[in-house]
Amino acid sequence: MAQTFQEISPSDFFYRNRDIAGFTNPARAIYSAIRELVENSLDAAENIGVAPDIYIRLKFLGEAGREAQVYQLRVQDNGSGIPARHIPSAFGQVLFGSKYKLKQARGTFGLGGTMAILYGQITTHQPALVISSTGSSRIYMYRLMIDIQRNKPLILDRKILLNKEQWRGTIVEFSLEGDYFRAMSKIVEYLKQTALVNPYANLTFVDPRGRLYKFTRVTTRMPTPPKETLPHPYGVDVEIFQRLIQVTPTRNMIDFLRTHFHRVGETTARKFLEFSKIPPSKNPRKLTHQEIVHLVRMMKRFKDFLPPDASCLSPLGKDLLKAGILKELEPEFVAVCQRRPSTYAGHPFIVEVAIAYGGKIPRKGDFTIYRFANRIPLLYDEASDVSVKVIRSMNWRRYKVTPDMPIAILIHICSTKVPYKTVGKEFIADRPEVRREVLNGIREAARHLQRFLTKREHVNRERKRLSIFAKYLPKIAQFSTQLAGKSQPPNVEILLRSVRKFELEN
Amino acid sequence: MSWKTKSSIAEKRKAVLESLEKFGSSLYEQMARGVFPSIEMPSRSIDNIYYHPELRQYVLGEKRVRRTARNIRHIRPFTQLVWAAFFSHELTSQRKTSTLRDVYYSAQAYEMSFKDQQESNAIITDLETVLGWSREDFNIFPEERSAIFGDLTIEYTVPGYEGRTLNLTSHPDGVMIGPALTSAEFVKTSADKVIAIEKGGLFTRFIEERVHERFNALLVLTAGQAPRATRHFIHRLNKELGLPVYIFTDGDPWGMHIAMVIISGSANAAHVRELTTPDAKWSGVWATDIVKYKLPTDPLSDIDFKRLRELQRDPRYKDELWQREIKTFMKIGRKAEQEAFSRYGLTFIVDEYLPAKLEEA
Ligand SMILES: Nc1ncnc2c1ncn2[C@@H]1O[C@H](COP(=O)(O)OP(=O)(O)O)[C@@H](O)[C@H]1O
Ligand SMILES: [Mg+2]
Repeated sequence: MAQTFQEISPSDFFYRNRDIAGFTNPARAIYSAIRELVENSLDAAENIGVAPDIYIRLKFLGEAGREAQVYQLRVQDNGSGIPARHIPSAFGQVLFGSKYKLKQARGTFGLGGTMAILYGQITTHQPALVISSTGSSRIYMYRLMIDIQRNKPLILDRKILLNKEQWRGTIVEFSLEGDYFRAMSKIVEYLKQTALVNPYANLTFVDPRGRLYKFTRVTTRMPTPPKETLPHPYGVDVEIFQRLIQVTPTRNMIDFLRTHFHRVGETTARKFLEFSKIPPSKNPRKLTHQEIVHLVRMMKRFKDFLPPDASCLSPLGKDLLKAGILKELEPEFVAVCQRRPSTYAGHPFIVEVAIAYGGKIPRKGDFTIYRFANRIPLLYDEASDVSVKVIRSMNWRRYKVTPDMPIAILIHICSTKVPYKTVGKEFIADRPEVRREVLNGIREAARHLQRFLTKREHVNRERKRLSIFAKYLPKIAQFSTQLAGKSQPPNVEILLRSVRKFELEN
Repeated sequence: MSWKTKSSIAEKRKAVLESLEKFGSSLYEQMARGVFPSIEMPSRSIDNIYYHPELRQYVLGEKRVRRTARNIRHIRPFTQLVWAAFFSHELTSQRKTSTLRDVYYSAQAYEMSFKDQQESNAIITDLETVLGWSREDFNIFPEERSAIFGDLTIEYTVPGYEGRTLNLTSHPDGVMIGPALTSAEFVKTSADKVIAIEKGGLFTRFIEERVHERFNALLVLTAGQAPRATRHFIHRLNKELGLPVYIFTDGDPWGMHIAMVIISGSANAAHVRELTTPDAKWSGVWATDIVKYKLPTDPLSDIDFKRLRELQRDPRYKDELWQREIKTFMKIGRKAEQEAFSRYGLTFIVDEYLPAKLEEA
């Protein structure tokens, strides 16, 4: 029997494996679609240093079988816009994107937004509409579909409009099947948490019932944008190495290493080549496959590479984190902590932690945990996340904390390569380097919380103590005055003042 | 602290008022000087209660405790104590009486509420300890009432009755030993002894059988464990009138102890004097009487045995008579009520038993 071999395109591959990209079922699909488009919009605004203004509308179009309905999703932003020639590929081709360079971003593979459109096309057979302008004199409007087999955009219609108002941004609109009512609470929660870690963004959502959800920015200050960076030797694999060799203009190993790797200078390059016994004068294009494999292996073993610097990262920072929490959670107290940059496998990362207490934080018998990676909320698979494991393993009584207290713990990890356990971008893998930073961050914030709780307890106890004296001393004075047959009770104010241990605020 | 043994009721009242006022003044002065008021009193903790063989009662030792309003844990009971002093002063000066239960409720009118009756009782006990008077001196009486019958003429000192006299044979049920009687002066009596009886039934029988006349006695009904007012009253009959006291109880460890508390007092009242009558005699029903008179009996229960073993070690019971009776009880393993004599006819106890026992004493 003859076997048939067939090559499938990346679009085809992702279509067949849509589970791994978060399109498992109608409810999850609609959540993922909104999420991918919103994250693209946030990236697009932040890239040009503009505080994001994002408008999301989900419209009910009709029923589609027992479990799902057809919706139209429209997301509009004030971001960079997309140059006209890239628009079809950006949305009509899987694995096409502008975020392959090494710096912190929400999207990574050129996958998310396109996957959403692909899913929409598969479920409704309708084209997607993309309108975008970079702020030039024109606005481009495309109606397109994806040729799944060939992983290529099919342009159905293209219009150019005059941009009199100098509008800049992108509108993406397409229809898809989904189950909004099962996804509703997750979507709202997603937007709320997104507003929390992006306190400089305006998010507006009009849902199929016509309800308006509005998350308003509290600041226009934005975190310092990340700088692009070269790959660090510790984080390089054979694939990346080979790609670099193909494009390099350099003609010897010293230059090659200095030009293409992060924090490798002349001295380090020489020492490394000596360590791996490759002649410095060797032309990198002449490296054999064995030599490449050897070099990559040596790179992981060589101890003297400088650690990656963190300028490619863009943590939120203590002030913004605090502002976001105060705005969305309205706690009585919040402790925030930013860890120093660290690395795992050559990838720099920074952990930020906050613990919020009281106020509108619910008491539910357990901590409320908020997890974020590169300013994206992670809402699924909480139990598998490293942060949750760390929180569960800690001895909270040391910090005077019990689970029945109204406490929210927030963990933000940012990295050029977030150590997700799955493609679904839902939880962070348990890597020792990451675990340590998370643990230390939570400990630091917990110590702040403990100080706050102790102080509050002191103040409460002191208040209670004083109120007891204030209640009884005048009575003692009154009764003994009557017993002694005096007309004026003694002044107990001096006594009351003397029992005050410290001045109470307000 | 000196223990007062005055008997003149009016004089005593004056002294009580003075000591309450002095107490108030001392607190007032301390506060006027800008210091937290504090007081000192004998400790009532177990390790400071001793049996005094000469006084033949429990007394407090040398240990003293200091209570200060500076201490957050003291200030509430401290205030309650001052209030209790104030309230007692009101009662005493206005010649009103009150009960422990009243005290508990009255406090609420002054926004001084007590957690429960136990707490307010404890504060009154504190006041007794601090001032060295017993609560009856502050016109605070217990709920339970017992009674007396016999030829004793008293003169009331309570408002509205001052100077009025009463002979305690005037009512065939006896006269209640309440606040008015407790504060009355003794005028005259023809009696030469006091017979205290545990149970109401027998008390009535004795009156019907004219025991008071035939034996020249004042009859006191203790109604179970004698209230403090009654113990004090018996003490006065013994001290002021020089009358010997005989006590008749059920023939069991509990009856025995009713007699003992009249004789030697209780540990709870170690801070007060004038409640005991050390020379009083327990006249029955003894364990040996049970044997001798072949009385109908019930078996001793486990609790009875346990109580007997406790009493055996009690310093108040060290005398030969008590030890003998305890041993006999344990040996025969039986007990008998006073009413058991009825098997020999209703008057046997008065005609035969009582004369024999009074003889014996
Ligand atoms: N709203 C937008 N504004 C500007 N550029 C966008 C927008 N959405 C998508 N893009 C561009 O399209 C590319 C592909 O997007 P996507 O498929 O979501 O992949 P990814 O976000 O992982 O790169 C992005 O890399 C970006 O360059
Ligand atoms: Mg994306």
